[in-house]
Amino acid sequence: MEVNYENGLNLKATELRLGLPGSDEPERQTTLRPNKRTLSEISCSGMTDDGNDDRRQSAPPAKAQVVGWPPIRSYRKNCLQAKKDEVEGGAVRYVKVSVDGAAYLRKIDLKAYRSYPELLKALEKMFELTIGEYSEREGYNGSEYAPTYEDKDGDWMLVGDVLWEMFISSCKRLRIMKGSEARGMGCV
Amino acid sequence: MGSSELKRSKDSVSDESARRSSFPDEVLERVLSLLKSHRDRSSVSLVCKDWYNAERWSRTHVFIGNCYSVTPEIVARRFPRIRSVTLKGKPRFSDFNLVPENWGADIHAWLVVFAAKYPFLEELRLKRMAISDESLEFLAISFPNFKALSLLSCDGFSTNGLAAIATHCKNLTELDIQENGIDDKGGSWLSCFPERFMSLEVLNFANLTSDINFDALEKLVGRCKSMRVLKLNRSVSLEQLQRLLVSAPQLAELGTGSFSQELTIREYEELESTLSICKNMHTLSGLWDAKGIYLPALYPACSHLTFLNLSYAALQSVELAKLLAHCPRLKRLWVLDTVEDKGLEAVGLNCPLLEELRVFPADPFDDEIVHGVTEAGFVAVSFGCPRLHYVLYFCRQMTNAAVATIVQNCPDFTHFRLCIMNPGQPDYLTNEPMDEAFGAVVKTCTKLQRLSVSGLLTDLTFEYIGRYAKNLETLSVAFAGRSDWGMQCVLGGCSKLRKLEIRDCPFGNAALLSGLEKYESMRSLWMSACNVTMNGCRLLAREMPRLNVEVMKEDGSDESQADKVYVYRSIAGPRRDAPPSVLTL
Repeated sequence: MEVNYENGLNLKATELRLGLPGSDEPERQTTLRPNKRTLSEISCSGMTDDGNDDRRQSAPPAKAQVVGWPPIRSYRKNCLQAKKDEVEGGAVRYVKVSVDGAAYLRKIDLKAYRSYPELLKALEKMFELTIGEYSEREGYNGSEYAPTYEDKDGDWMLVGDVLWEMFISSCKRLRIMKGSEARGMGCV
Repeated sequence: MGSSELKRSKDSVSDESARRSSFPDEVLERVLSLLKSHRDRSSVSLVCKDWYNAERWSRTHVFIGNCYSVTPEIVARRFPRIRSVTLKGKPRFSDFNLVPENWGADIHAWLVVFAAKYPFLEELRLKRMAISDESLEFLAISFPNFKALSLLSCDGFSTNGLAAIATHCKNLTELDIQENGIDDKGGSWLSCFPERFMSLEVLNFANLTSDINFDALEKLVGRCKSMRVLKLNRSVSLEQLQRLLVSAPQLAELGTGSFSQELTIREYEELESTLSICKNMHTLSGLWDAKGIYLPALYPACSHLTFLNLSYAALQSVELAKLLAHCPRLKRLWVLDTVEDKGLEAVGLNCPLLEELRVFPADPFDDEIVHGVTEAGFVAVSFGCPRLHYVLYFCRQMTNAAVATIVQNCPDFTHFRLCIMNPGQPDYLTNEPMDEAFGAVVKTCTKLQRLSVSGLLTDLTFEYIGRYAKNLETLSVAFAGRSDWGMQCVLGGCSKLRKLEIRDCPFGNAALLSGLEKYESMRSLWMSACNVTMNGCRLLAREMPRLNVEVMKEDGSDESQADKVYVYRSIAGPRRDAPPSVLTL
């Protein structure tokens, strides 16, 4: 992953991730469904950008090398492919955010942020609270709040433990815990 | 007009064979003008010369199943009073990219003749034709009475052509754009309908992806009080849909657009109450991004629903089941296989009047998928829906026993299209070929008109088809058969066969040539990736001058192989607009 020096910030330095600082990035988990990603990548690259191109000409599928099989109209094929591409490389990713003690929930678009610090800052601003610094060993020390999320398996995890990309794809909802419960999180 | 009356008039005409008929032409024409079916009309025209003439003067709609079987000049000469034309062009396998680009079936030559001979043309319905923006513009300005345009599976045009139609066709009642290869350059075409224009009854632009000017659409729908069909594209949101429905509660057919948006409770309730006043709705489609939680808003509108097209909505089984509980009158249902067998069980339980079921695959190219539907779903539907007569079913596994059960439950199949998606796959329980499955279909379903076969099939399947499928008109075969004998059985046995399309089968010249006389009674034959050679095709062309024999060669293939063959009867002679890749023999 390239070092992102956007606005003079070395975001990599503040990136929350597994591994010791300075170590190579662990292998990127690109997808939980590797086959589908390959298929959509190939199909996407196969489609030309020429506006005059006959839209019914879509790239041959990576797996089934037989042209025109199964017999599905090009229009339908293109529609389904477009939908799949959207779902996987989606432009928005809204999740609900609850805060212990708050009257109602909020919604945020995870794709609007590029890293944990950005997200946490936005949450702090939205709910007018302080979340504090993440540390791998102690979780969120120095505040009575701890940001957690429910992942695809239904488990409640501490925000910050996994790669940002993986977090985005597996986070179903956020809950900012408060008090003793919060302090309990982060202790292995 | 009853057939007995027809017989009496026939008798009286033949009695007066030497004298002119005392049955005035005008009366005969008037009577014949009540005949709508083009097949009845064809029969009538064969009775005698007077009837031939009366029929041709009274015909207002002409149906041409293969645009190259006849020329526009011949059509215009025979039928002087045509108001409505239906034209089909490319072979069906062009839908699956098997036909080369620029193959033909261009509408323009037809339009030029029609502009001269049928200036009062009102309707044009095209399927698998090539149509350019220039042609659309020509159409728009050449026919002042033009009312209805329907384009299905066509290509070659863009939204600019639609703009021309909207701008110039002052009497337009129908604009139906379906599943075409259209170049979507933006949604401004819709704003081209004039301010005072209010005659539109059918508007289907579900095909298009760009945003349209919603304000213009809302005003248009508000003005067109006779609108009964409105099929929106994906860019129209739920809130916008609700606003449109408020102006058009009389809609009979609705395509909902994306049916997706974050709604507040109040907005949801508004949508629900608006939908509940759509009591005329019998057809519902769209729902591209429908979320399960909003589907209940549809329930009150579903009570009279007869056709539900969910083939672009990836619903789960539970969502479908809940929806179907509100659709007791359903006759036609199209779904994606995301509903799985459980969803199809719900179909069997909730839709006793079902006549047609189509199950499309959500992930047709992914072998690793374990989902989708199996034989169990199909069987479940057959138990609950005895009136089922049309099925299109994509699945990854099937058994002979299941199909036997299905046709036992539903013996009235007219259209049986089964696609086991892995080519040449046997019965997954017994590992035997699927011959007995299709044997059961043709033995039990005597009314069968259309059949698509799949799975591992030997020549036995085709023996069965030739022996039993006496009403079969259309047969589609892929990756099947063992020898020429299979195809010979079909050509020899299926007396009513009109369309035969074959791909990737071991049928060669002997099979091709066994149908010499047969092809003149058929509309067309397609054979690709079979064992037919150029010599075989040349022989066929030589023996049968009234057939057009066209060969499409693939790059880098053997000189002597005829990769793709298209044979069709024609009174127009060989076509002159074939591209270099198509050889006419």
